[in-house]
Amino acid sequence: MMKATALLLAVLVVAFAAGCNATREGGGSGAFRVGMVFDVGGKGDKSFNDSAYRGLLRAADDFGVEHTEFEPGQDADRETGLRKLAQADYDVIIGVGFLFSEAMRKVAVDYPNVSFACVDFDARPDETLPPNLAGLTFREEEGSFLVGVLAAMYTETGRLGFVGGMDIPLIHKFEAGYIAGARYVTPGISTTVAYAGTTPQAFADPAKGKELALLQYGRGVDVIYHASGSTGNGVIEAAKEVNRYAIGVDSNQNYMAPGNVLTSMVKRVDNAVYRIVQSALEGIFEGGLREFGLADDGIAYAVDQYNEDMITDEMIARVEEAKAAIVAGEIIVPKE
Amino acid sequence: MFELAVLDSALRMATPLILTALGGLFSERSGVVNIALEGILLTGAFASIVATYYTGDPWAGAAAGVFAGMLVSLLHAVVSIVFRADQIVSGVAINLLAMGATQFLTWIIWGSSANSPPVAGMAHWALPESWGVLARVVNPVIGHYPPLVYVALGSVALAHVVLFRTPFGLRLRATGEHPEAVDTLGVSVHLMRFSGVLISGALAGLGGAFLALNTHQFVKNMSAGRGFIALAAMIFGKWNPVGALGACLLFGYAEAVQMSLQGRDVPTQFVQMIPYLLTMVALVGVIGRARPPASLGKPY
Repeated sequence: MMKATALLLAVLVVAFAAGCNATREGGGSGAFRVGMVFDVGGKGDKSFNDSAYRGLLRAADDFGVEHTEFEPGQDADRETGLRKLAQADYDVIIGVGFLFSEAMRKVAVDYPNVSFACVDFDARPDETLPPNLAGLTFREEEGSFLVGVLAAMYTETGRLGFVGGMDIPLIHKFEAGYIAGARYVTPGISTTVAYAGTTPQAFADPAKGKELALLQYGRGVDVIYHASGSTGNGVIEAAKEVNRYAIGVDSNQNYMAPGNVLTSMVKRVDNAVYRIVQSALEGIFEGGLREFGLADDGIAYAVDQYNEDMITDEMIARVEEAKAAIVAGEIIVPKE
Repeated sequence: MFELAVLDSALRMATPLILTALGGLFSERSGVVNIALEGILLTGAFASIVATYYTGDPWAGAAAGVFAGMLVSLLHAVVSIVFRADQIVSGVAINLLAMGATQFLTWIIWGSSANSPPVAGMAHWALPESWGVLARVVNPVIGHYPPLVYVALGSVALAHVVLFRTPFGLRLRATGEHPEAVDTLGVSVHLMRFSGVLISGALAGLGGAFLALNTHQFVKNMSAGRGFIALAAMIFGKWNPVGALGACLLFGYAEAVQMSLQGRDVPTQFVQMIPYLLTMVALVGVIGRARPPASLGKPY
């Protein structure tokens, strides 16, 4: 039994160590250093996290800053990761995802000399953030409205689907905007909604995403919009398999299945991250809540060489008209 | 609830469970508890994507999944049969090891500890068009599901025959019930148990390969408890291949219904309890007492 316990302990240590990998690039002291901690979907999700990572890489290229990424192995590793970076005197620390909100609040107060930014920050009503914490949010419902317009114009069966990741208000914004956009084109359009789960793991379950999408396609849905991190890779895979259509999210995902991805609702997390690093570098970093939307190109829909054959001029005209109306405040997009 | 799309989904969801539960069956019938199935499933999933990534051939990926599953189960076999360690502890250790090691290796190979890049999946089976009428009749049947679904169903029949109609199966079952008797008759208990555990690794590894190849990528912890659910299905099916098949189909169906009921004015949180509720109800109400092999978990 002693042997077995020792074995178990050894394995636990290995598993824990492997669960928190941190890559370090560069190493000289004195340089400006940026740390990034990823969300559940993780680096390589081709969606949300990768968008943030692209911003970091661009900033590293342009400004020559050093950067480190940290992928939390377990939930509890999230705050630990932030603290580790803060203790190591990183200049800017970026948490990717609403899951960091609570940990960010705590850690930012403990390390007032470090600049923190949290993407998709989950602000409490009337909350004042510490001066070294920037909470970045996006008006996803606006972009979702636009892809809803495109979906409603493209569908042949008149049935649209939505696959969300975790069932939370943040993702409801995508759903609400999408449905509002679809109804803007076709008032009585049929929509089917499904969520992959109620835990953060729902953003990293492509097997589930594929089954949810196949079910909706099997019921006559022909365009599905996903807002589900790497779970959505399964949705796009399903679209390819049964030759229907999917709409990508966060990153431009059109290339993942040309001809089967109608468009993507692009959330420019990369730009937001880039600007944060830039402002910190120039010494003009400001804490507080910041919101990005259509008006400042923080949100967009993607047309490129992979989907230009699917998007007609008429569709572009309609979606641009809606975009102008949203920016002008003539259309108020619902969030719930 | 009974539309074809839901039933299709149920069968696909059940497939990794079926293969893994059959695996558990061979191990436990030989007298070795195998809760390492979860880790074996995960390792099989990982290995299948690595092999497919480098060779471009998903069948090579499936073979790698089987091989990796056997390798991990060999570890379990050595620890629990040769060194006579506690089988539960060994299983837990292997599960944790698999979780950490697959993430670590994903990071080494692809620079992210969470996701692999997409790889080719298995093409559905189909006769060439030139076969004419035959192809038109047969293809909708053999091409309706991913190929490994048929392999899983075939494995159930094969497992039944091997366990109950061959001398090997008789010896394996006897080893799980009364190893002393087997030993007295000159059959090696260790050999039988090694066979049982290795077969279990091969099947669970293949289950993992299906899981990963069907989604065309590896994601960390993608087994997500399926190994344990398969274990429950095996017990639920009273350590019988056909019973286990039934239990896996039931679990798969509950999962599919859960997914299909969403968005119909029932709260998601409630709907997602259905598979587990069904499990509890079934365990309490339907099967009565399940009797495990008499020498299960006892080192020899």
